[in-house]
Amino acid sequence: MANKKKHWYNYLWIWSIIYFALGFFNILFAWLGMIDFILPLIFAIVGGNKWFCNNMCGRGQLFWVLGRNVGCSRKKPAPKWLSSKWFRYGFLVFFLTMFGTMVFQTYLVFSGAGTLRKAIKLFWTFKVPWQWAYSGSAFPDWVAQFGFGFYSLMLTSTLIGLIVMVLYKERTWCTFCPMGTMTQGICKIKDR
Amino acid sequence: MAKRLANVDTSRCVACGVCRLQCPKEAITIYKGCYAMVDSEKCVGCGLCAKACPAGAINVMERGQ
Repeated sequence: MANKKKHWYNYLWIWSIIYFALGFFNILFAWLGMIDFILPLIFAIVGGNKWFCNNMCGRGQLFWVLGRNVGCSRKKPAPKWLSSKWFRYGFLVFFLTMFGTMVFQTYLVFSGAGTLRKAIKLFWTFKVPWQWAYSGSAFPDWVAQFGFGFYSLMLTSTLIGLIVMVLYKERTWCTFCPMGTMTQGICKIKDR
Repeated sequence: MAKRLANVDTSRCVACGVCRLQCPKEAITIYKGCYAMVDSEKCVGCGLCAKACPAGAINVMERGQ
């Protein structure tokens, strides 16, 4: 709103663009995305609130900027099942399973049973070469492997968010965002 | 007092806080990260929150219903 005071955290949508740009040049920057995983959980567990979602989620802000301000959203109501409990928790379980698979692949590289693959996977299916983003560093290979895996996850979920932003409301992603489901779940347990 | 009022279906609300950001009267708070809560004293029933809500959890209705 025009008369509302702007804070520094109102501009975090810029961060979500910078994040993907950095990971394009060096995959180790993908690790910075862990901030977006850990901060919301800290807010929920310690504070019992969704202050992160409500104020500082750069991704949600990006969907708003593109969907509302730029006008890339149809602003149509999403199907009800997309924000239903079973779909939200189902997607959370799926997402965590994929996260676990990614961590396991990192472990394989760590243990020497697997080798570093310089590619990202979109929608958990399509392999995209990404070898320019890594040419060795002071860190062991598993650090880079996690980077590729985590970047894949972040990019895939942002793409899904962009698709539902265009089709439905600006921030339709928020209704089934795994972090959002998790933090609301924690808050509800804490409020009991 | 305005004739209309925003009403939140708390069972559908995902507590994302988009409505709160849109409210011109600062009538919405996110109750402990669980759901959006409308201050009926402040709400003017403009419907900006309902339009923004991605979960379709808000509807604007006549007061006293």
